[in-house]
Amino acid sequence: MTPDLAGFVAPAEASGSDTAGTRDDTADTQGDSTNTQRDFVAAALAALEKDFTLVPEREPSATQSKRAPRRRTWLDTFDWRLYRAGLRLEYVPAHRGGELRLTVGPDEKTSDNPDPVGLLAIQPVAGWQPARPHLAGDLPAGLVADHVAGVIGPRALLPRVTVITGVTVTRLLNDEAKTVARLLIEHPALASADDSTPSPNARLLAPRLTITEVRGYSGPARRAARIIAETSGFAPAERDLLTEALAAGGHRPGDYTNKVDADIAADMPSSQAVAVILLRLLDMAEVNVPGVLADVDTEFLHDFRVAVRRTRAALKLFGGSLGRSADVRRFAAEFKWLGDITTPTRDLDVHLLGFEDMARRLKAAKPDDLEPFRGYLCGRRAKEYRALARALRSARFRELTREWRDTLAPVSEGSGGKPPKGPRISTAMLAAESTRRAFVKVAQMGGAITPDSPAESLHDLRKRCKELRYALEFFAPLYAPASYGRVVGDLKRLQDCLGTFQDNEVQIAEIRALGIAMLAANEASAVTLLAMGEAAAGLADDQAAARGDFERRFSGFAGIEGQRRMSALLRGAE
Amino acid sequence: MRIYALYNIKGGVGKTTTAVNLAHLAAADGLRTLLWDLDPQGAATFMLRVKPRVKGGGKALIRGKRTLDDAIKGTDFDNFDLIPADFTYRNMDLLLEGDAKASSVGTGAGGKTSRKLGKLLAPLAGEYDAVFLDCPPSISLVSENVLHAADIVVVPLIPTTLSLRTLEQLTDFVADFRGHRPRVLAFFSMVDRRKKLHREITQTPLPERTVVAAAAIPYLSMIENMSAERSPVTVYAPRSLAARAYRSLWSEVRAAGDKSAGDN
Repeated sequence: MTPDLAGFVAPAEASGSDTAGTRDDTADTQGDSTNTQRDFVAAALAALEKDFTLVPEREPSATQSKRAPRRRTWLDTFDWRLYRAGLRLEYVPAHRGGELRLTVGPDEKTSDNPDPVGLLAIQPVAGWQPARPHLAGDLPAGLVADHVAGVIGPRALLPRVTVITGVTVTRLLNDEAKTVARLLIEHPALASADDSTPSPNARLLAPRLTITEVRGYSGPARRAARIIAETSGFAPAERDLLTEALAAGGHRPGDYTNKVDADIAADMPSSQAVAVILLRLLDMAEVNVPGVLADVDTEFLHDFRVAVRRTRAALKLFGGSLGRSADVRRFAAEFKWLGDITTPTRDLDVHLLGFEDMARRLKAAKPDDLEPFRGYLCGRRAKEYRALARALRSARFRELTREWRDTLAPVSEGSGGKPPKGPRISTAMLAAESTRRAFVKVAQMGGAITPDSPAESLHDLRKRCKELRYALEFFAPLYAPASYGRVVGDLKRLQDCLGTFQDNEVQIAEIRALGIAMLAANEASAVTLLAMGEAAAGLADDQAAARGDFERRFSGFAGIEGQRRMSALLRGAE
Repeated sequence: MRIYALYNIKGGVGKTTTAVNLAHLAAADGLRTLLWDLDPQGAATFMLRVKPRVKGGGKALIRGKRTLDDAIKGTDFDNFDLIPADFTYRNMDLLLEGDAKASSVGTGAGGKTSRKLGKLLAPLAGEYDAVFLDCPPSISLVSENVLHAADIVVVPLIPTTLSLRTLEQLTDFVADFRGHRPRVLAFFSMVDRRKKLHREITQTPLPERTVVAAAAIPYLSMIENMSAERSPVTVYAPRSLAARAYRSLWSEVRAAGDKSAGDN
């Protein structure tokens, strides 16, 4: 009934500056910025007072004049899956318990749908610890859990930012002393997710002023909004509070992606482009390490491994471009070490992620029969994970990342490093050449596969496909998006087919090995072993289906038409 | 949407003060509430500080040239909206009659003329939980419309013998309605404990079929002050005897409304 008129924010100077410094310095800075904020708000109030009588709200209700500061913690996965799906999830604590509120993001407003349904679901929660990561399975059952589970997949919900907002409501009266509009003044401040009170170091954000219309009085509300807009310094709030709060901490929503997205150009010297790509991959590996070490969810390790694999592929495809001074071979060996120490944990993660699905498909055995197997897998995973965590905490890992960065940084800035032998080539030429080489390898290796070829030959082809995919992704900015999308789409379908084949191959081998080990350790009953046998048979069916699909997927990507598409794509980049 | 009509043939019996206070209490209970000030004197409108004017007047509303939606004004209180009075409402009988004649069917008692108001309110059903109609004191086509539209007719009674007789007549009149019949709930208003007659009447057995609320509204200057304060007494003196009395009355009226959902 009372639509909000535009919100206004005070200029950036009115918000708190960085809280770095000593405690006393911080207190002073905060004091100054609080005063500046007050000055801006006071100026707006004074301007409004020329047209309206201003009185504090009096009703002890939703619009009472001074509400208790409101705390909101936005939750999302590390890779912003909710945000990317156009959703916002907040945890709002209350006197007892609290609630999760799922809304449609403000960016979802389009000309076709100017007013998307704001609130999708509210779910009361008890004993919620906002600072703790929550996997979909940890969420208490309810509407919000139903909505988000499919979106977040295996990723954990993390507190992304917490804002405490003090709100005052002022009524704007006309000459009959009738309320004709309301002014909401919000003073938001950043806080940490588990603070119970606004910390004295909380960083102040720009105050927000919003005019709320009283039904039937749109004229005065518009007038009030205009007065604020004309008050020196105030500007319409273009960013929602989440975006604003993240920006204050130097972030933006959606700022993590596992895409390569390197900042390269066709006419860059190839050595520089390669260093830029490799640095971006190093950043991506490093940013995932804390999540791996805290074992928040399986995807931190997955993304870490993707960065490592891409690095190895890049070194293999065009490591020589970095110049003669870079000891590419030593680094390649070190990244292989990283790949190897993380493989057992990832294999077990994949197995556990697919466990429910595998158990559901059992026909003769009962899903519960597999529980001892799950327990065994979890035990194995815990052991492998400890070894992996030790490696990521080791001096060897620290040295590797430091030295790698020191090697890449000067080359990425176009200085340092001895240039490679031979003529200098551009990034575009390097892209076309290395991608063509990778494609030829895939085409030859895949073409040689017959129905009798062993599983290893498909596994080897899968690895070459990954290299090709990475080569395409590294240089994505150089290609025409439509042709690129088509080629990568076909390749992805081939990779999915090979992936299904290989994952099942690994899991069947694992079930055999673990069955033997469990029997030897006296940890498996006959029913569990029977269920494991049936599960392995189910996986073998999937594997056979993938094998049957291979010919079609391969010719879809690397047949005559596919070869033409690839040539056209690479010509476009040159 | 439940419709409560505040009605009495006589004026000055505390109808408007009751309408404003009950509507405010309903809104404070979280019900989306609308008060329609049908009295051309506009006392409820004045108390809520709204200008007594509807664009196009009563005619535009009755003829459907403007929807009620356009006329609605927010009050100072959450969940509480008002359709203001307009001086043209004094001709509402003629407007209702004229509109029915224009469509040339169903004039007369219980016919189309007496159901027009209910039809105008119907589109608001999704938007409001409680609608209060503050009626002008009279027996007229307007009051007949109001009685047909209402789920509950709330009747303020000054404790006199004559007013009990009028209540009996009203109860009989409503009982003869075909189809939808509102419940009639009376309450003693402006009760002055110092007056012997008031004490006696409030204690005499009631006429048959009439329902009088246990809660009574005393005669208090605090309530008279509403036109000076221009606000519900439940707002400016929420802990007063007057506010407490209105709260008791509202809980009985609301309960009667809930029961009426099972009628008809």
